[in-house]
Amino acid sequence: MSFSANHLGFTYGLAEATFELPSTGLIAVVGPNGAGKSTLVSILAGLRRAYSGSCLYAGKEVRDWRRHGFARQVAFLPQFVRVEFPFTAEQVVFMGRTPHSNGWYDSPEDRIAVDRALEITDAAAFRNRDFRSLSGGERQRVILASALAQEPQVLLLDEPATFLDLKHQAAMYQLLARLARQLLVVAVTHDLNLALRYAHHVLVLDQGRLAAAGAANEVLTTELIARVFQVRATIERGWLKVEYDA
Amino acid sequence: MTRSLALSIAALLAVLLLTPLIGSTHIDLVRAFTGQSPDYEILFYARFPRVLLASLAGAALAVTGVLFQCLLRDPLAEPYTLGVSSGASVGAVIAICLGFGSSSAASLAGAAAILLLVLGIAWEGRRLSSFTLLLAGVTMNSMCFAIILFLHNLASLSQSFAISRWLMGGIDAVDYATLGWLAAAVVPVCILVISRARHWNVMAIGEDWAASRGVPTNLYITLGYVAGAILTGLVTALTGPIGFVGLIVPHALRLRLGADHRVLLPCSCLLGAAFLALCDTLARTVLAPTEIPVGVITALCGGPFFIWLLRSKRRSLWL
Repeated sequence: MSFSANHLGFTYGLAEATFELPSTGLIAVVGPNGAGKSTLVSILAGLRRAYSGSCLYAGKEVRDWRRHGFARQVAFLPQFVRVEFPFTAEQVVFMGRTPHSNGWYDSPEDRIAVDRALEITDAAAFRNRDFRSLSGGERQRVILASALAQEPQVLLLDEPATFLDLKHQAAMYQLLARLARQLLVVAVTHDLNLALRYAHHVLVLDQGRLAAAGAANEVLTTELIARVFQVRATIERGWLKVEYDA
Repeated sequence: MTRSLALSIAALLAVLLLTPLIGSTHIDLVRAFTGQSPDYEILFYARFPRVLLASLAGAALAVTGVLFQCLLRDPLAEPYTLGVSSGASVGAVIAICLGFGSSSAASLAGAAAILLLVLGIAWEGRRLSSFTLLLAGVTMNSMCFAIILFLHNLASLSQSFAISRWLMGGIDAVDYATLGWLAAAVVPVCILVISRARHWNVMAIGEDWAASRGVPTNLYITLGYVAGAILTGLVTALTGPIGFVGLIVPHALRLRLGADHRVLLPCSCLLGAAFLALCDTLARTVLAPTEIPVGVITALCGGPFFIWLLRSKRRSLWL
């Protein structure tokens, strides 16, 4: 077990959620806009420490973890990263090594971890380019590589596929599913089909509350989608179709 | 990394050794080093302290510029953004109007007062808000400027002249005791800031980005602003406001060396020192015996160079 939340809430965005997460697997967090998905993930990431209730990671309250030690365990990918300065893609990935190194120079271990991360995300080809000159898809891969260079046990992602085209969305989720064999991967997503296809578990949030949790194909039913997302949809052979004209 | 650092050190050493030899009066080195008048006095009491003051000021302003641009993620941020130097100016102008001449104690007091005021405004319980700090700084700049205009309006002719001279900024020969305490403050603060370069890299992307990489962000935000404000306050108290150094040196070096603060900060520190010392040498020699305010030189020489750098870099990005 990794995270264990009990009556977890936040002043805005999250009213109450109680759940436990396994130590590996791909968890999709879904729900309509404003349901509290991003708030939940940023609490798990240790970025919103003034939460109410309890949120334990490895048996210890998230707000009581020292940032340094926590960052060696848990990595977080924000929805969008804006870079103002001419950092290269590789330098952005090296930033993931911050919790592992105290020295001035990059250690050999840092280099190995960065090379591996760039290879996993297939971003090595543009490692020396200015991050700001990369396309949305390339940036997302570099950001993911930066999180992987942290060598975390848990990877938290806030809508990792937002700026990706169809091909890269599929590639991103295949990669996350592969990583989820060894890590816990928690991804906020709007794409219920990707959740159905790749996620082992889903957390459904609605108006700041946990509406349902469990295996994707059991939780994401026509009734729940009608209730939470307020659209009519059918599910055929594991694929969800929204009836736009209804 | 090592090459850029070595070149920067070499450049600063060359400037420190050669610029004291340049000036309106020719000096004989043998006479100067054997203690003969007036060569000895000109070299060791007029030129050398002045070059050292310019170097310390240039280093402090360039380091602060890098730091504030990083923390505010704003390319237009500069040492004067927080309003600390305007506080120093108000202190100096009040001292002039009260008839104390331009005293650096008064400008130091002014700088400290504005620093505490701005930090107090932006302190939100346990952390400093960059956004509030920026707006508070801009507001303090306007208010201080208004106070200066008001006092200037009341001042007598000679006071008015002294006020104008102070506001132009400039580097004068100071005694070694003053240089000593300035160096004792500027050098450790610069070293402290540079030693945290890895953390500034992460902070330069964003606070959440840094926090999720294990950086105690509140500590580093406070450290960065207080260190920068102390550097700016101390330097401005002695030299008055000197524009452009804190803006142009960090940007020029970022264009050439990239954004890694482990290279950018030490090189900015060394070359900021060299740049201001060189500009001050020009300021005192070009129209000798008349002196040009050094701020005029930094803007007139640095500006076109910077535009050229901007253009040449852009071309290479496009093609």
